[in-house]
Amino acid sequence: MKQEFKVIADLLPNNTRVLDVGCGDGSLMNFLVKEKNIETRGLELDQNNVQECIYKGLTVIQGNAETELYQFPDQSFDYVVLSQTLQAFYKPDKVLNELLRIGKSVIVSIPNFGYWKVRTSLLLFGKMPITKTLPNTWFNTPNLHMCTIKDLYNYCEHQNINIKKVIGVNESNTSYIKRSNLEIKNLFSKLGIFLIG
Amino acid sequence: MPSLAGLFFWMNRKIENINKITVTKPLKLDCGKTIKDFPLAYETYGKLNEKKDNAILVFHALTGDQFVAGTNPVTKKDGWWVTAVGPNKAIDTNKYFVICANVIGGCMGSLGPSDINKETNQPYGLDFPVITIKDIVRAQESLLDHLGIKKLLCATGGSMGGMQLLQFCATFPEKTFSAIPIACSSSHSAQNIALNELARQAIMADPVWDNGKYFLKNTQPKNGLAVARMVGHISYLSEQGMQEKFGRKLQEKADYEFSFNADFQVESYLRHQGSSFVERFDANSILYITRAMDYFDLTKQYKGGLVEAFKNQSTKFLVISFSSDWLYTTKENKDIVIALNASGADVSYSEIVTDKGHDSFLLNEPEFLKTLKGFIDSMYEKFKNETGI
Repeated sequence: MKQEFKVIADLLPNNTRVLDVGCGDGSLMNFLVKEKNIETRGLELDQNNVQECIYKGLTVIQGNAETELYQFPDQSFDYVVLSQTLQAFYKPDKVLNELLRIGKSVIVSIPNFGYWKVRTSLLLFGKMPITKTLPNTWFNTPNLHMCTIKDLYNYCEHQNINIKKVIGVNESNTSYIKRSNLEIKNLFSKLGIFLIG
Repeated sequence: MPSLAGLFFWMNRKIENINKITVTKPLKLDCGKTIKDFPLAYETYGKLNEKKDNAILVFHALTGDQFVAGTNPVTKKDGWWVTAVGPNKAIDTNKYFVICANVIGGCMGSLGPSDINKETNQPYGLDFPVITIKDIVRAQESLLDHLGIKKLLCATGGSMGGMQLLQFCATFPEKTFSAIPIACSSSHSAQNIALNELARQAIMADPVWDNGKYFLKNTQPKNGLAVARMVGHISYLSEQGMQEKFGRKLQEKADYEFSFNADFQVESYLRHQGSSFVERFDANSILYITRAMDYFDLTKQYKGGLVEAFKNQSTKFLVISFSSDWLYTTKENKDIVIALNASGADVSYSEIVTDKGHDSFLLNEPEFLKTLKGFIDSMYEKFKNETGI
């Protein structure tokens, strides 16, 4: 399982109820069910991924998170997970509100546009960055609203969303991010994982 | 139009040698009348294992019957769901024990309007009580007792079969471990009621129908029944699917005949579907079963709404819809998912992308069949673990 999922799994207590939004082929859910006795539900757009989840015996609803989160009742999950998709929505702020409505807590991960390689690509070469976490070119990227760890941190504070934990991930290294080290972590983290709500 | 031989066949079908139980427990119908000691015809495929944990109950659609797989012994044609059920199929009868009962109101051995009314010694005709989906489902409960099955591994059905399944889960919440409602609805829409009304009016406008008393003359309102079937067939296809299959192609001719014969292939197809149908189905049964569908409204039944209907469900659901189905739309199927979610039930959902319309559930749709198989197989593993076997 990829490093990001390990970090997310560590944030989730055993025996809880988790909604994985954009659950892909269900690898995170499968781990949570088997290793942590977590009751999971997934929401996934892609037909093949939905099938994969069903084969694994996982509960998954085929649908679009941008438009179909309304079907989940208020506070019906202990945690809602959204992995590296926030930036791909037309209205990420509305989606974030929906996640906070459905989950008592929310875990959101974002590819960090503040990572130094991303910054240098634009600054030195004048080109849109292509990295491991941002593999697409400008014309075919699904990402509509790129942001940095700092942006999301500021946004949460501004919206009075309670920030419980922020973790920066760079390959196998992880570290906690606070207001005090935000500038430096924003430069060296490829990924930011936020536990909010 | 049907041949005389075909009509002869309908009247003299050998339906004595099919499996039947007599339901002795009185069943109080929604209309207020009570039926008892009535026949319920069924068929099974595969073997029930010792632990009785491999049983799958299939509910059939409007014009279906209990002959799901293999060859239908009455019509000598393939069972209606051979694409999905049989040895090594998605619902593998080498592994699972598949059960299907003929609905009451039908005409393949279960109590229906063509049966003899013991009070008059004549077929019921319109003296048959108006039945509901709930009546149909409750009539089938005795069959599970008869077969000694406490809890099904899975129950499934498409179209009206899916509606029976939803009713089954609401009425008997502990009877099945998992459920797959396919291309159905929790309440019949205005459009579907309208189409059913069209079918009924076609039958009733046929003078042979004679207020449902055609059996006295040993005949069938075959013209009306054929038109009713044509209406159905149009609604089972999609606009795109129909265009691709038939387009404006002519039926074995180079140009228009300047007549009202079946010039177009699509006309010929509908006429064939209509005429072959009258050889295997009873017109009054269509009236009764379509009425049961129209009356189906789980929301009304459970005054708190659909969420209330699915309260306390431990059944694991997989709802499946087809993108080009305009009879039981994705939206209607999603409403079921939303209600199940709101009631806290365990529900998966998949929309199969296809241009084959409502009929898709009966066809060889690989993505659909793969999803069906994946779900049932994974549920079997879970069910075995849960029952500690």
